[in-house]
Amino acid sequence: MPVITYRDALNQALREEMQRDDRVFLMGEEVAVYQGAYKVSKGLLQEFGEMRVVDTPITELGFAGVGVGAAMVGLRPIIEFMTWNFAVLALDQVLNSAAKLLYMSGGQFNVPIVFRGPNGAALQLSAQHSQSFESWLAHIPGLKVVTPGTPYDAKGLLKAAIRDDNPVCFLEGEMLYNTKGEVPEEEYVIPIGKADLKREGDDCTIVTNGKMALVAMQVADQLAKDGIHVDVVDLRTVRPMDVDAIKASVEKTNRCVVLEEGWELAGIGAQVVDYVQRECFDLLDAPVYRVHQADVPMPYAKNLERAAKPDAAKTIAAVRKVMYLE
Amino acid sequence: MAKKKPEQTIRSDAELNRELLHSMLLQRRFEERCAEAYALGKIGGFCHLYIGQEAVSTGSLSVLRPDDYIITTYRDHGQALARGMNPRAVMAELFGRVDGCAHGKGGSMHMFDKSLNFLGGHGIVGAHVPLGTGVGFAIKYRGGDQVCICFMGESVVNTGAFHEALNMAGLWKLPVVYVIENNRYGMGTALERASAIHDIYERGASYNIPRAVCDGQDVFAVRAAMQECVDRARTESLPTLLEIRTYRFMGHSMSDAVSGTYRSKAELDEYMKRDPIMLLRMHMQEQGELTEDDLHKLDDAIKATVQDAWDFADASPEPPLEALFENVLVDTTSDAAAEAVAAD
Repeated sequence: MPVITYRDALNQALREEMQRDDRVFLMGEEVAVYQGAYKVSKGLLQEFGEMRVVDTPITELGFAGVGVGAAMVGLRPIIEFMTWNFAVLALDQVLNSAAKLLYMSGGQFNVPIVFRGPNGAALQLSAQHSQSFESWLAHIPGLKVVTPGTPYDAKGLLKAAIRDDNPVCFLEGEMLYNTKGEVPEEEYVIPIGKADLKREGDDCTIVTNGKMALVAMQVADQLAKDGIHVDVVDLRTVRPMDVDAIKASVEKTNRCVVLEEGWELAGIGAQVVDYVQRECFDLLDAPVYRVHQADVPMPYAKNLERAAKPDAAKTIAAVRKVMYLE
Repeated sequence: MAKKKPEQTIRSDAELNRELLHSMLLQRRFEERCAEAYALGKIGGFCHLYIGQEAVSTGSLSVLRPDDYIITTYRDHGQALARGMNPRAVMAELFGRVDGCAHGKGGSMHMFDKSLNFLGGHGIVGAHVPLGTGVGFAIKYRGGDQVCICFMGESVVNTGAFHEALNMAGLWKLPVVYVIENNRYGMGTALERASAIHDIYERGASYNIPRAVCDGQDVFAVRAAMQECVDRARTESLPTLLEIRTYRFMGHSMSDAVSGTYRSKAELDEYMKRDPIMLLRMHMQEQGELTEDDLHKLDDAIKATVQDAWDFADASPEPPLEALFENVLVDTTSDAAAEAVAAD
């Protein structure tokens, strides 16, 4: 099976979906002539032309709304945000237009649109460029929120997102674009809303999503050397959340750690814990612990940034805690 | 650049004038009953009446084709009716009933009718303007010759969304007519207290967009100005910023006094001398197109239509509770959606 980068997996998904449906177009800053700020759209302008690969001014609120309007009348836009940090400017269109039009119109107008771009921290980009938005977006009924962590998931889920008749927020990772993984040559689509068991073990469950799936797999491999075997439940989609997969794992392990990239309060982990305490109350042998970003804006200095981010060491410590090993 | 004030009017035939009068009077009588229903508690929430501005909706929409698109703000009853939405569906929506156009999910601010390409009333000031630009983009993408009309109040021009949307329309040459219904006040703040530029249509210059201004109380002036804008969009794929100067005779919403802190009774009285329905009626009477008897018959018929809408809405049930969770998402799994698309 070919091994390709996360970036190329996304590029393949975009190309294949634009080939199969001429209603699909890509719009955003630097997607066309520049070939994408992170080269995700490389070659698409040359293949599909400037009506389907559209450079915009720096105007997130505006072009997000252009996408919603076009989707209302039958096109299938993919709106690229250079980062989700900039998408905050467009949040009104995501929240008040895309997510609500179907409901407010009594089912008359659906909005088949994908909002996509890198999410979360990279390296030393400081506070305004290092934020994870999945819990913000997951709060909103009317959206689907997808956070793939591997090239395989990225391609299969982006294809599903483009074919979905609903608005889908698709959160990638700047630090993921160069990561590699196996991606089959034959076509496949991964259903939105299904978690993936990325490692299997009986001792503890790690529930995670997005970029943290890689960290969780590292943790699993590290712990295995000490004879501790964990389930890694990669949610992949945080809205809708595959709570059945969480329950199935916790039923087996009786212990749970939630690893997420964002802040603690009202984070994805808070929702997972809420579910686990209610549905798995009698199954638990220990309290559920959470690993997340420190409750501060992201600092610039290397050592402070490292201290602020969730990582493998913090996750291992949490697993050992719920196993009463320390 | 179409900067001159179009004083000329299209002197249309009696039949057309009668249709215009019917459209405007229907909006007036309908909304008078809305005010009554609001006072009785049959309509809740925010309710923004259009009374005084009927020549704008009727004149603008009278030059459109059925396949053109309309998108507007939360002050949307008048445009919905002028586009031909069933008064029953509009009133039932206002009453929050299952037979409303959005089955009671939207209310006053969110009238939609897909069959009429009426893309809705939108509640966040300025937010729908980029959507209008997107509709124009879709028309151009498909190589069609439709036009999108995007209505907004004059307060919208101070939002970032307006600026971003018009810049892209000018940049990409999209077939959208941006109609500013300048009714002088953004809620209670006068135009001169909110905008650095008072001739709002001049803002089109910032985006290299053709611009025009017309009298919004004269339905013929609105038709003439709008025809020019629509022709430009349809044949040249160019946007226009059209400022239509009008006035609302009621408060900003039902919770706002008709006159009071921000405008005087004297000012209101002055503007009401140019009631758009009265001006059309007087013109028709001068032309011998309408007798007193004709007018009474027309008015009675319209009042009966509105009463029918009221009775229909009143009899319509509340939405069933299971509707609470319907239409949050298109009811399909991504698997099924993928199969549906694959089967196309």
